[in-house]
Amino acid sequence: MNDGPVMQAERPAAQKIGMIDCDIHPMMRSPADVLPYLSTRWREHYQTIGPRYRQPFLGSSAYPKATPQLSRRDSWPPAGGPPGSDLDFMREQHLDPLGIELGMLQPLFPRGMDERNLDFAAAMCRAVNDWQVEAWTSKEPRLKANITVACDNPIAAVEEIERCAKSGHHVQVSFATRAIEPLGSRKYWPIYEAAERHNLPLGLHSVGNNGNAVQPGGAPSYYFEEHQCVSLSLHAMVASMVIEGVFEAFPQLKLIVIEGGFAWAASLGWRLDAHWQRFRAEVPHLKRPPSEYLRRNVWYTTQPMDEAEKPAYLRDMIDWVGWDRVLFATDYPHWDSDDPRFSLKLRMSEDERAQILGGNARALFGIA
Amino acid sequence: MARHVVATTGEIAPGSSKLVTVRGRSVALFNRDGEYFAISNTCPHAGGSLCHGALVSLVQSSRPGQYELSRRGEMLQCPWHGWEFDIRTGQSWCDPESFRARAYQVTVEPGETLAKGPYVAETFPVAVEGEYVVVEF
Amino acid sequence: MGFDGLMPIDCDIHPAVPGMQALLPYIDDHWRETIISRGIDGLDLNLYPPGAEISCRPDWRPESGKPGTSFEQLRTQALDGFGARIAICNCLYGGPAMYSEDLGAAICRATNLWMAREWLDRDPRLRASIVVPVQSPELAVEEIERCAPDRRFVQVLMFAAGEQPLGRRPHWPIYEAAQRHGLPIGIHAGSSHRHPNSGIGWTQYLLQDHAAFAQTFQAQLLSLLAEGVFSRFPTLKFVLMESGFTWLPPFMWRAVKMWRGLRREIPWVDRSPADIIRERVRITIQPADAPPDPAQMRRTLEMIGADEMFLFSSDYPHWRFEGEAALPGGFSPELVRKILVDNPLATYPRLKEVLS
Repeated sequence: MNDGPVMQAERPAAQKIGMIDCDIHPMMRSPADVLPYLSTRWREHYQTIGPRYRQPFLGSSAYPKATPQLSRRDSWPPAGGPPGSDLDFMREQHLDPLGIELGMLQPLFPRGMDERNLDFAAAMCRAVNDWQVEAWTSKEPRLKANITVACDNPIAAVEEIERCAKSGHHVQVSFATRAIEPLGSRKYWPIYEAAERHNLPLGLHSVGNNGNAVQPGGAPSYYFEEHQCVSLSLHAMVASMVIEGVFEAFPQLKLIVIEGGFAWAASLGWRLDAHWQRFRAEVPHLKRPPSEYLRRNVWYTTQPMDEAEKPAYLRDMIDWVGWDRVLFATDYPHWDSDDPRFSLKLRMSEDERAQILGGNARALFGIA
Repeated sequence: MARHVVATTGEIAPGSSKLVTVRGRSVALFNRDGEYFAISNTCPHAGGSLCHGALVSLVQSSRPGQYELSRRGEMLQCPWHGWEFDIRTGQSWCDPESFRARAYQVTVEPGETLAKGPYVAETFPVAVEGEYVVVEF
Repeated sequence: MGFDGLMPIDCDIHPAVPGMQALLPYIDDHWRETIISRGIDGLDLNLYPPGAEISCRPDWRPESGKPGTSFEQLRTQALDGFGARIAICNCLYGGPAMYSEDLGAAICRATNLWMAREWLDRDPRLRASIVVPVQSPELAVEEIERCAPDRRFVQVLMFAAGEQPLGRRPHWPIYEAAQRHGLPIGIHAGSSHRHPNSGIGWTQYLLQDHAAFAQTFQAQLLSLLAEGVFSRFPTLKFVLMESGFTWLPPFMWRAVKMWRGLRREIPWVDRSPADIIRERVRITIQPADAPPDPAQMRRTLEMIGADEMFLFSSDYPHWRFEGEAALPGGFSPELVRKILVDNPLATYPRLKEVLS
């Protein structure tokens, strides 16, 4: 069953098609804003025990971020509340001046995606999904919600996808990129089955903590390292989904890798292809070279924008990764967010620019 | 080069900043404990509004694990991506050869002096009794 | 050989320990008795099951026994086969991955003694890396001190993944000793399995174990950079072995970008990470993870922008290429010349001693 595009034509058809921002972070004014969306049982749990992640601190990562709320210092709403919590200010500072036609929400705090109590995780995801609609997408048609799910509770995750798939507000599915198991694991395949069936892309933003060191050689010391290691874990995630056969089993499934940049994907494809040659007998379920799955099933958002030493090199990378694979994203309001007017430092034709700023996302999400 | 009166000293509290427009250009003004600085507002890296940046110290190190602070409040850190610029010269700390945010000469002058001219006051009248921030532009 | 008459220096070949029996003559009484009485054996890295295709090229595969255990074969196939003037032996045996520091140190020591006696003594073209018990930097330094006077040991070997990231301060005594003796640190694909093999957990397939090392090496370079190892040990070079290298351009761009924004956290890093990497990091060329088109390789090399970084390696007996095609397409003749001889000589000061 495939109902096609989830988007509705909310904007006048004649209007010039603008930019699609594939990564915007809405925040609650206060974490307590989640309470009305929880049942009594989980509200009490929230108020007593509260969220529990695989990190030592209640209110911080063990890698303190670059800025308060990891946000741009100019993104604190004048009317109060944390960055990303004030719709009017988001319109004024971000959506309007950048001419954003559609913005894909990626709610990260609070979240249920990698909550350790799996039933609470499901309840939190559900609450966050309802909050996105009530606080954001029902008020601002340019914004689109995300079905956040706790992938380590796959049964509940599938139920949540079923519940939201037809809301008219939710356009993709998101969960922890560093989950208990690598995302190629069959444990997660029911989620992929549901997402494919509803033609919902997986919009996987780097998030979540599985409690393991972020790199195989142990936990790094600095945020400088951790920030890039999290991106490296996205390379491993893509490799896992390809090599463990997700895209062979679900050929229509679309994966958007969010907040990892894109230039690395060329070399990843070459490396996987070279190793596949040597290990074909180990992975007979793969019917084609890994790079072909990358070209067919995987997209990448630009932010944090790869900053090549020469602009021409960035063009090469897009050539190698595929011009149809790259989707613009700002990561608003986070500290390293990109502005499309300044961050695309390469020579492009108007068509190429339009493709990256919106055309590719439109094709991917099936927006007319 | 003309002298532009861009603000009264009272408008910019110590430790804060103000965005002004001089000849159509956005300029970020900073008051660092009574010393004023003016710098082109658009970050040469990726367009961040430097006016919203943080004034921080210069951090250097002679060996791993050592943090040596100097020039308190004289480095301007862009609100987007965190690049640091020397508030006095506009030079980028990490890439001084290639990137510079234009810095402007700033003086504080009494209205009495200014009254003698020449100066350009784009946004407000200058009164003899006030003190003004003047940018050479 | 297809090297324009140049005799290459092969910076990565793999003699293999046949089994603990072979090391017993090189182990002291206590550990010999322990090894025999507890039946301790089987410390080959699980990254290379002897029967796996990647572990040995079909035409190099011995009729019996583990790949890499026959000196005669290694001499004919690797040394004579590539016309090597010198080849550096990197023995991937389990000492560095043992949890017991003392047992690990005993095995590392035995491995080095065995290497000197059974390999280096038998062919003047052979050199070796010192295998060290990284579990105990103190014992690792002892082993470096013990081996360093033998000038045929030209490098200190570490696995790409151990207990703590390689830049962390507990490793520094190892780096201090290596620098003092003019020995680069060779970081080779390999893991002591203290942490999952990828940032997203334990993956299923051996293919993934191998492929994931691209990320591991990148993470370890970040660690060496962030902890200030390059400035603390200003003449020490790091050689990445069996890591691929086409990942370098985007990796360096990202590291520079993050340094520009976050350098206040690591102010001892006072110049661009890309400059530091180009100056201080060396990489063996196999596996190359080559793109389909040699023009892409040429462009990738241009992006990397440092011909000095590359060192010739056959990765013998691992199966990376066919026949004599040890050089990936897209390498210019000039670059090839540097890779075969000049760069290895510049990287390993001890190699010059015997050549001159």
